[in-house]
Amino acid sequence: MAFEGLADRLQNTIKKIKGKGKVTEQDVKEMTREVRLALLEADVNFKVVKDFIKKIKERAIGEEVMESLTPGQQVIKVVQEELTNLMGGDESKIAVADKSPTVIMMVGLQGAGKTTTTGKLANLLRKKYNRKPLLAAADVYRPAAIDQLETLGKQLDMPVYSEGTDANPVDIASKAVEHAKEEHLDYVLIDTAGRLHVDNELMDELIQIKQNVNPDEVFLVVDSMTGQDAVNVAESFNEQLDVSGVVLTKLDGDTRGGAALSIKAVTEKPIKFAGMGEKLDEIEVFHPERMASRILGMGDVLSLIEKAQENVDENKAKELEEKMRSASFTLDDFLEQMGQMKNMGPLDELVDMIPGANKMKGLKNVDFDEKQITHVEAIIQSMTSKERQDPSVINAGRRKRIARGSGRSVSEVNRLLKQFEEMKKMMKQMTNTQQGKKGKKGKKSKGFNFPFM
Amino acid sequence: MSFLKKLKDKFQATDQQEEVSDKYKEGLSKTRKSFSEKINDLVARYRKVDEDFFEDLEEVLIAADVGVTTVMELIEELEMEVKRQNIKDTNEVKQVISEKLVEIYQGNDDGSEETSLNIQKDDLTVILFVGVNGVGKTTTIGKLAHQLKSEGKDVLLTAGDTFRAGAIEQLSEWGKRAGVDVIKHSEGSDPAAVIYDGIQAAKSRNADVLLCDTAGRLQNKVNLMNELAKVKRVIEREVPNAPHEVLLVLDATTGQNALSQAKTFSQATDVSGIVLTKLDGTAKGGIVLAIRNELGTPVKLVGLGEKITDLQAFDPNAFVYGLFADLLEEE
Repeated sequence: MAFEGLADRLQNTIKKIKGKGKVTEQDVKEMTREVRLALLEADVNFKVVKDFIKKIKERAIGEEVMESLTPGQQVIKVVQEELTNLMGGDESKIAVADKSPTVIMMVGLQGAGKTTTTGKLANLLRKKYNRKPLLAAADVYRPAAIDQLETLGKQLDMPVYSEGTDANPVDIASKAVEHAKEEHLDYVLIDTAGRLHVDNELMDELIQIKQNVNPDEVFLVVDSMTGQDAVNVAESFNEQLDVSGVVLTKLDGDTRGGAALSIKAVTEKPIKFAGMGEKLDEIEVFHPERMASRILGMGDVLSLIEKAQENVDENKAKELEEKMRSASFTLDDFLEQMGQMKNMGPLDELVDMIPGANKMKGLKNVDFDEKQITHVEAIIQSMTSKERQDPSVINAGRRKRIARGSGRSVSEVNRLLKQFEEMKKMMKQMTNTQQGKKGKKGKKSKGFNFPFM
Repeated sequence: MSFLKKLKDKFQATDQQEEVSDKYKEGLSKTRKSFSEKINDLVARYRKVDEDFFEDLEEVLIAADVGVTTVMELIEELEMEVKRQNIKDTNEVKQVISEKLVEIYQGNDDGSEETSLNIQKDDLTVILFVGVNGVGKTTTIGKLAHQLKSEGKDVLLTAGDTFRAGAIEQLSEWGKRAGVDVIKHSEGSDPAAVIYDGIQAAKSRNADVLLCDTAGRLQNKVNLMNELAKVKRVIEREVPNAPHEVLLVLDATTGQNALSQAKTFSQATDVSGIVLTKLDGTAKGGIVLAIRNELGTPVKLVGLGEKITDLQAFDPNAFVYGLFADLLEEE
């Protein structure tokens, strides 16, 4: 179950306001209440929410919203702006020390994803910045944590400094930095053991490591699914270690990730990276404005577009966008897109980024099996070009022929055609959503609500 | 006799119970402090029961990660109750609050619901562990293996997490610590095949309990959830009536997403119980309320610390007592 987005939440209030000539203070109050609930459901800390709502109210009661013809849309806009503000403007860079090596320390609770993130960051440093990182295994407590880092090192073909589980983490860290100097490696990533922020003994150990190696960055790794407690964790780690940045993990899940906002508000430290999957290249620079949309449940159109840009040639993408908009999307395009989509990454991830996609009945249950794509390709390739242009001509006889030709069953052909129709519908809605068109009320299709109006 | 007294008496009936609730009190000391302190603060601050009072109460509950929906329902019920009993003094409300919270923890049926693990008397018991990444599945298995072994059970572990680097080594290490064997394949092999081998080994060795580890997965990854469903099918096919337990491991610091996890994992694997880990950190426990209220899935085990012995059977009474000990002692 996905939580309702802010847009959906505001529906009812907006319905009431519609037809009224003027928006009253009471209406604004109701709307801010919905905003509050949406944020709380997204796990934003209640104290942060409180301050935030105060700000929103001030702006909303002013002219901005009350004089607007589309108050619902205005509220969302104000909220998103303020949220992006709060989240921090610029994307931040990773530090480079004047004197090599640059030392990065990874800290956090158990199970936040420190070791995996260490591997991912090292990979990113090499791939994007052309650096030579050394991984240092300073988690001597969790069983096989060192094995895990060594395995990652092997997968990445990167050096790992470890001394087994009997050594002192403080020594390991210092020696790793020495080792990097000797080997002329320019980054050292120290993977520390997960610990509770209230565990004084272990927190002291981190403070010691920090004093000894004098790191250029201390990254706090936080699970994006963390609830209200995120504030306590971040505050405590920050007080004791003065972290320089935050890495959010497991953002490929379906959590809203309100923790991100809480952490930013409490520590005022930038969120620098986001872990987006299990593979070692699935880490991204953190985008505050996209996180704002996500917390509000408005989909992540920007990421989707960027992902497409990385993998799809631009002209084709434009063409596609045009086709999506005009709904003249044919099975031929579908086939071509599928090829490109395969390059973009797992389909379910892509669909997750489309606003409102989780509301789409047909889409929700579609099984995004990569094998199935091959089947779908076979089915489409068994169609004549006329059939691909206009699927409505496909009658029972044609269906049988297509099924035979592709080696799939008739029911699969039927399913594909149905899914294609759904997809077309969705695209139309998606493009409408983006434009926030007015004057279309009353023509809503089932299972989908226009977020604005 | 007041309700709280009854609750108190229930716990202090025997020495053994006393011991259990002490453990909870200790493990939950941070939770308890922040949560009940806040309620006390609240009561002290407001002399009159009014809208502001309820709004603040709402915040206290939300801060404990009780789901928004649960909180809203609770507040509504409280408001009704207050009106009905015509309560004006905040001190009296305190009791109503506790009553309502206990009601949610225990369900309507007086807490008689089975929270112990379904361990077969003479036959092989298969327990499957599922959950998202980093919640503590492998650690929980290690602790449980140790516990079952010290109860005289013949325990076997299966390393079904063939994906994460070092996961197999981690389970092997736990196996060594607990003194039980681990059935494993190499990294990257088919988890269903490992589990199958585990079952065959358990059968031929006449083991009592087989604990199956699986890779952590986010619940929105359809393919990975299908893989998990397949693992469960294999177990079903090989051992009649198995798996006897499918335990969803939840990190207590998780927020609202825990509900989504519980729902989706239940769809794929019919989760029979929940293990709530990392309950020894700061404020939480509210999540249990939300899970009980919205899903009905019972919490069976709780992780209260890092030691191998820190895995406890979930005792709703002791848990509630731990949360409200401050309130009780004041009276």
